[in-house]
Amino acid sequence: MLASRAGLAYLPDMSIWRYANPAEFMRLTSHLLAPLWVAAGALMAVALGWGLFATPDDYQQGSTVKILFIHVPAAMLAINTYAVMALASVIGLIRRHHVSFLVAKAAAPVGAAFTAVALITGAVWGQPMWGTWWVWDARLTAVLVMFFFYLGYIALWETVEDTEKAYDLSAVVCLVGVVFAFLSRYAVNFWATLHQGASLSLAEGQRMDDAFRLPLYLSMAAFYALFAALLVMRARTEIRRRRARALRLEAVPA
Amino acid sequence: MSRPALSALLARDIRLALRLGGGGAIAVAFFVLAVVLIPLGVGREPQTLARIAAGVIWISALLAVLLSLDRLFQADHEDGTLEQLMLAPVALEQVVLAKALAHWLTTGLPMTVVAPLLGLMLQLPAAALPALTAALALGTPALSLLGAVGAAVTVGVRRGGLLLSILVLPLYIPTLIFGARAAENAVLALDPWPALGLTAALTLFAAAFAPFAAAFALRINAR
Amino acid sequence: MSAPRGEGGGEGRNAGGGRGEGWGDALAVEGLGCDRAGRRVLSGLSFRLAPGEALALKGPNGVGKSTLLRLLAGFLPMAEGTAMHGPVSLAADRAAFQERIAFAGHLDAVKPALTVADNLGLWAGLHGTGAARAAAALARFGLERIAGRPAAECSAGQRRRLGLARLLVIDRPLWLLDEPTVSLDTASARLVAELIGAHIARGGAALVATHIELGLPGLGTLTLAPPAEAAPARSADPFLEGRW
Repeated sequence: MLASRAGLAYLPDMSIWRYANPAEFMRLTSHLLAPLWVAAGALMAVALGWGLFATPDDYQQGSTVKILFIHVPAAMLAINTYAVMALASVIGLIRRHHVSFLVAKAAAPVGAAFTAVALITGAVWGQPMWGTWWVWDARLTAVLVMFFFYLGYIALWETVEDTEKAYDLSAVVCLVGVVFAFLSRYAVNFWATLHQGASLSLAEGQRMDDAFRLPLYLSMAAFYALFAALLVMRARTEIRRRRARALRLEAVPA
Repeated sequence: MSRPALSALLARDIRLALRLGGGGAIAVAFFVLAVVLIPLGVGREPQTLARIAAGVIWISALLAVLLSLDRLFQADHEDGTLEQLMLAPVALEQVVLAKALAHWLTTGLPMTVVAPLLGLMLQLPAAALPALTAALALGTPALSLLGAVGAAVTVGVRRGGLLLSILVLPLYIPTLIFGARAAENAVLALDPWPALGLTAALTLFAAAFAPFAAAFALRINAR
Repeated sequence: MSAPRGEGGGEGRNAGGGRGEGWGDALAVEGLGCDRAGRRVLSGLSFRLAPGEALALKGPNGVGKSTLLRLLAGFLPMAEGTAMHGPVSLAADRAAFQERIAFAGHLDAVKPALTVADNLGLWAGLHGTGAARAAAALARFGLERIAGRPAAECSAGQRRRLGLARLLVIDRPLWLLDEPTVSLDTASARLVAELIGAHIARGGAALVATHIELGLPGLGTLTLAPPAEAAPARSADPFLEGRW
């Protein structure tokens, strides 16, 4: 990482931390971005085409059930994106890499969008099943709480003006958030045992027909590819914004 | 480090909070007002009120604590006291703990004391009042401690109040759930102890980690 | 910690006894650098400040005087270099370093709602230095007549003196003062100079950013140059590297 800066001859620096350098990160990801988009697009087309048009209707839920091909992967990513943010924040705090913090920042709106998709598709799915758009189901509520954690994290980045402060403060908020998102999940389960009768379980794996399983796995892969492509693209944008700021500061003498 | 040093800080914070306009009394007044407004909104039917009483009291307590959080570090940040506290021979984590304790003694504790009265006004059966009071006593310290983390993160931020509420309210969800559940179980003649235990566990957990998170954020904001 | 102790010099450098840590230690700064808002405001700064010495920090506005003082007080992260006070390194053990520092910045840390005496009493309590010391500090700054009044009623100069009185209450060898004479009249400014003199006479050291002459005998000067002249001070921002 430092070797490239000092203009030394190529050193066999195989460390992954090399990509914590913005220039290295940009170089690596410039080759990655196009394949990621192609993979995401192709997987998405196949998975949704198969899932929506080539699977049978459920004997109970009719064609409504097919929304699971969007809902389930979106809900998975709603949670996993936050895990990515937490990991990037920890790495940022320990190794003091700007790029780590910026990756966490870049992931947040993506995760919030997946969370919103999961909530909306959940409501759309639930409407014909429960006869209402919203049920205080433990899982739905936990995803809603997750959405608030994303909002807080994004709001912090929007509000703190000093980037270097925002790095550390957002990392603290992210890590506290990850602990309390877990706690909230269990608290909501505890709460739902009193308030909620038997509700329709959303896409539990156990009762799933094989005809659904394969396209669902494919759709999960498609969503992960989409997530990776969005994350890389947004991280590149954040790095460019940061570089624009550095150049602006350099142009104007103190 | 030294206990007299921290008690000096604790005494100062309590005195500042109890002073007219210091915030402690206002937060408690807000709590009472918010609870009293509920029957005006939802009607005076005793059964309805008894059903929602525990939740209403908890949510009002949450909001009252939230509104009083900005004075936890903001004034000390603006007048330079935090800088001097960082140089004092007391760990900043202990300073946070002392300030959160002072905050609880001037907000959460008085709210706990008036809560049975409000419970009676909301037709909560007398049998549920001990559980309600115990849940507030065990749970409101967590509100002060978690609030300290949010207050420390937003201390140097312009328009920090709004950010503070969006950061802190989600953290209050587990405390709200367990705390309200304890009283509710008592209303339903169920065992309130599991919920009380979980409420206390949250407070202990918050006491263990919040001072470190808040002190870290305060050091960042002192830059 | 220490028993209340009277003012004035005359004590040996390593009087030990009730004193806090670090009396008799020198401050050694090597190649110090600091970034503010993505900009390198200090770089490659080296100097030494021995016990019994005071340095006036000079330089035009924006050159990094306040930054240097806040950096040495442990509030700002160091970008490069080392700062040692005796055996204690700021980078390695900030808490121990900070326990040797008394800092007086732009903010007085005065609570308007508390009385003048209570304001100072808090710091005596926190530092465990005793009420007698606080009373002596009030007297030294001519504040004992208003000791019972709320600090809200103080004039700007009185608040400033109350803030500076903390230096006498907390017993620290290294004073970092940022424009201590702002909003003080000439008599009070002279008093500040006298107190710095007394502090270094008893083995302390002081680094004072000031734009006026303190008239203190033996006061050295440390002039900060704008970093732009020093080097092509391209900041160490990794986002400026490479072409992409």
